[in-house]
Amino acid sequence: MSYYTDDIDFLYSDISVRDYIIKNYTPYEGNGDFLAPPTENTLKLWDKVKQLMQSERERGGVYDIDADTVSGITAFKPAYIDKDLEKIVGLQTDEPLKRAIMPFGGLRMVHNSLKAYGREPNKDIDRIFAYRKTHNDGVFDVYTNEMRKARHSGLITGLPDAYGRGRIIGDYRRVALYGVDFLINQKSRSLEMSEGRQCDEEYIRHREEIKEQIKALGELKEMAASYGFDISLGAKDTKEAFQWLYFAYLAAVKEQNGAAMSLGRVSTFLDIYAHRDLENKRYTEEEIQEFVDQFVMKLRMVRFLRTPAYDELFSGDPTWITESIGGMGLDGRTLVTKMSFRFLHTLSNLGAAPEPNLTVLYSTRLPAAFKEFCADISVRTSSIQYENDDIMRTEYGDDYSIACCVSAMRTGKQMQFFGARVNLAKALLYAINGGKDEISGEQILPVMPVMNDDKLDYEKVMGSFDLVLDRLAKLYIDTLNIIHYMHDKYCYERIQMALHDDEVCRTMACGIAGLSVVADSLSAIRYAEVRPVRNEQGIAVDFVTKGEFPKFGNNDRRADKLAVMVIKAFMQKLEKQKTYRNAKPTLSVLTITSNVVYGKKTGTTPDGRRAGEPFAPGANPMHGRDIKGCVASMKSVASLPYKYSSDGISYTFSIIPAALGKKKAEQTANLAALLDGYFEEGGHHINVNVMDRETLKDAMEHPEKYPQLTVRVSGYAVNFVKLSKEQQLDVINRTFHAKF
Amino acid sequence: MTMEANNGVSGYIHSVESFGGVDGPGVRYIVFLQGCPLRCIYCHNPDSRKMSVGILTNSASVAEEIEGYIPFIKNGGVTLSGGEPLAQPEFAADILRRCKDMGLHTALDTSGYGGTVAVLKVLKYTDLVLLDIKAYSGKLYTAVTGMSEDKAKALLEMCEKLAIKVRIRHVVVPGYTDEPNEEQMLARYLSKFNCIDRVEPIPFHKMGEYKWKDIDEEYELYGTPEADEKTMDKVKEIFTREGLKL
Repeated sequence: MSYYTDDIDFLYSDISVRDYIIKNYTPYEGNGDFLAPPTENTLKLWDKVKQLMQSERERGGVYDIDADTVSGITAFKPAYIDKDLEKIVGLQTDEPLKRAIMPFGGLRMVHNSLKAYGREPNKDIDRIFAYRKTHNDGVFDVYTNEMRKARHSGLITGLPDAYGRGRIIGDYRRVALYGVDFLINQKSRSLEMSEGRQCDEEYIRHREEIKEQIKALGELKEMAASYGFDISLGAKDTKEAFQWLYFAYLAAVKEQNGAAMSLGRVSTFLDIYAHRDLENKRYTEEEIQEFVDQFVMKLRMVRFLRTPAYDELFSGDPTWITESIGGMGLDGRTLVTKMSFRFLHTLSNLGAAPEPNLTVLYSTRLPAAFKEFCADISVRTSSIQYENDDIMRTEYGDDYSIACCVSAMRTGKQMQFFGARVNLAKALLYAINGGKDEISGEQILPVMPVMNDDKLDYEKVMGSFDLVLDRLAKLYIDTLNIIHYMHDKYCYERIQMALHDDEVCRTMACGIAGLSVVADSLSAIRYAEVRPVRNEQGIAVDFVTKGEFPKFGNNDRRADKLAVMVIKAFMQKLEKQKTYRNAKPTLSVLTITSNVVYGKKTGTTPDGRRAGEPFAPGANPMHGRDIKGCVASMKSVASLPYKYSSDGISYTFSIIPAALGKKKAEQTANLAALLDGYFEEGGHHINVNVMDRETLKDAMEHPEKYPQLTVRVSGYAVNFVKLSKEQQLDVINRTFHAKF
Repeated sequence: MTMEANNGVSGYIHSVESFGGVDGPGVRYIVFLQGCPLRCIYCHNPDSRKMSVGILTNSASVAEEIEGYIPFIKNGGVTLSGGEPLAQPEFAADILRRCKDMGLHTALDTSGYGGTVAVLKVLKYTDLVLLDIKAYSGKLYTAVTGMSEDKAKALLEMCEKLAIKVRIRHVVVPGYTDEPNEEQMLARYLSKFNCIDRVEPIPFHKMGEYKWKDIDEEYELYGTPEADEKTMDKVKEIFTREGLKL
């Protein structure tokens, strides 16, 4: 029996980490003054890791690959960075940063990745997989012609048919709280209890899955044992809690190369252990921070082998180890604890980093000191994203976690079938061109009437767009049904699902790209005069627009309502579809970094965007069109309905420190006020970039990634990307060397 | 300007900025009013100088728009800038009055160029004046603005009498307003006022230069360098020595 769970009733009731947290955690409303700096050990270890990362960069982004071992929970012998310095142990492969191959998603992907980095595939592995079908094989065996065409033309993009779907969060806390034996017992017991059910396809699959989960839990125990830890029982103290939890997560990233391998919501859970150990004087604050820093260091080292094509879509080698921090409990107490501070404090102790993806669940009722602490870190590091706890809590309760960027799910009780996204801007062009692709001229959707009018008629375009969305919704869900059927069959997430309830709620997480392009295009057609210019094939390849029209991002209801209408209409069509395993369709407005690739594949649109030009990221207004400043833009984005887009609405906000306020304290206070306002208005998600020198340099290279960077300096406003290169450099120098 | 029952006072605006972080305390909504009588050689918003052009609107719709932003600006406020807001005093006053009715903090970003009666009307609804003093001596003031310095000084004295908080802004242009004697006189003059809470010396920069290319007026400062850190430090020292808070 576990040290902390000697409550018999609790142990024999259903698994509920949430109840355990609510009964045992200590809310914290103070500031960050208690926080400890990194220990000498941590700094030494971090130096080693930084050197490894440096050589990784020098080797072209991949440190090393083990091409000869099929990755799995027990596939690699224990390995260390420096055993004497490490408080939390465990690596994905037999060497730090070395990448593993995971062929169950697709052998071709493994081959392509190896080829890209000049490595040879292993012949034995190839021979085995000649007899072992993969997820990728399965999907392409059954794709219909229409699906292949829609995929090829870029109407439906980024589909997880050639890579791990990810976006599943194991409740890794269960391993620390209950120990593996209890979890295995629970699974076995439920399998026994379910006997007697009719053995139909659903139940057969269920039995097989649970059996696989039990095996995976056994492997997890074995892997931990190889490092010298017996995790059959729950963790006894803070150090063990971190270690147990990390082993569980490590097992997941040894087994799955998912698009997003998020961590969940672990910090407040871990604080229960830390709080007790501090009280009992078992550990000091320094020691506890050392566990946090070293745990986070390990997360920063998670690596997957991916193809260059994948990187083009999701640039920057992301793993989306999202950790959801803070929020409010259903009982009205804040879920912020000292551990929430400690996790964010790693950005100071170890410096800024994109991973783990620290996500603050923001409520206007969060303790003021915590809000300020977060804003201060945002200003310094641009490394935090914020999501609206007040709107998610009503939907998902108070123990949900974020997968990837914006996808909320009840931890351990809900999973999603990741569905990437459809290109709605292209869909609008199909509505104008009778279902033909504007670039290839190929008929992608079934033949439909072409908008032949000299001047586009809003009603007619809307009618045709509605028809396209009907067909697209069906095609899209059908495609996802195939993908997830095959993923479950050939590349099942054994350990992650083992850390879920037996019966989980499933969502079919659909998505859209190009929302602001569509809203502005519809607005142009409605409020101005848009004349298509057709090529010899009759395809509209350009548009001549006369007159003014309202644009999304200016808090102008005329344009904003069009965006709302599009979301609502598409969501309602998705809801009508029959889905694999009765998953509930949801929708996200999120592009990650793929807005550039989608733009490249899309012809000129009626809003004035030229062919090939990038879309705005996520739900952002198109770059340069939001002329009333960022708060107006936030209001527009906040007006998009979460109800119809419950898989998340992503907004990226970028500002330079000098525009945010003159003095540091003003910058922090102003940022906190902006967040309060945005979330009070119902905004769902916000990425906050308070630009440092590096980000501004990046903005010079990739202006499309910084849609509304305004430089306001003492009552003076210019658009950063309108400045000459020389002036941009000047702003960079001014921002960092001069005082305003 | 006409007065209508429901729409308040009509007037011209140049543009709005829904987020201002440096034009008064907190997060601020900024309305740039169109038109300015001054002809500052270093103007960074030359497109907002011409009178009776721009967007014709009225104080009621401006206030209605502002109302929607209250969640963001409730602890910040509204700043009227320009152009020169005092060039449309009734319009400016009525916007600010409506803001005060909504419980918002108000700031006026001005060069002080307005008639006494007009200024008083606007100040009635102003919590903070951001007063841009271009220069101390009449000669230099006229050289950089084409106008006399009397009105700016008169407004500052009015604020002193009415106990309205003033934040002084002063653009340091190399070769024009960075001359130590001149800065010294200005600093000494300002140090007498209790209403001044802080002085912000602003380095002349060239990021508004591109806007001059779109208007048919001559820009004289293409050859003038930006104010560097050394110049700014000198000016700041002069202000600090006179006991002014920066």
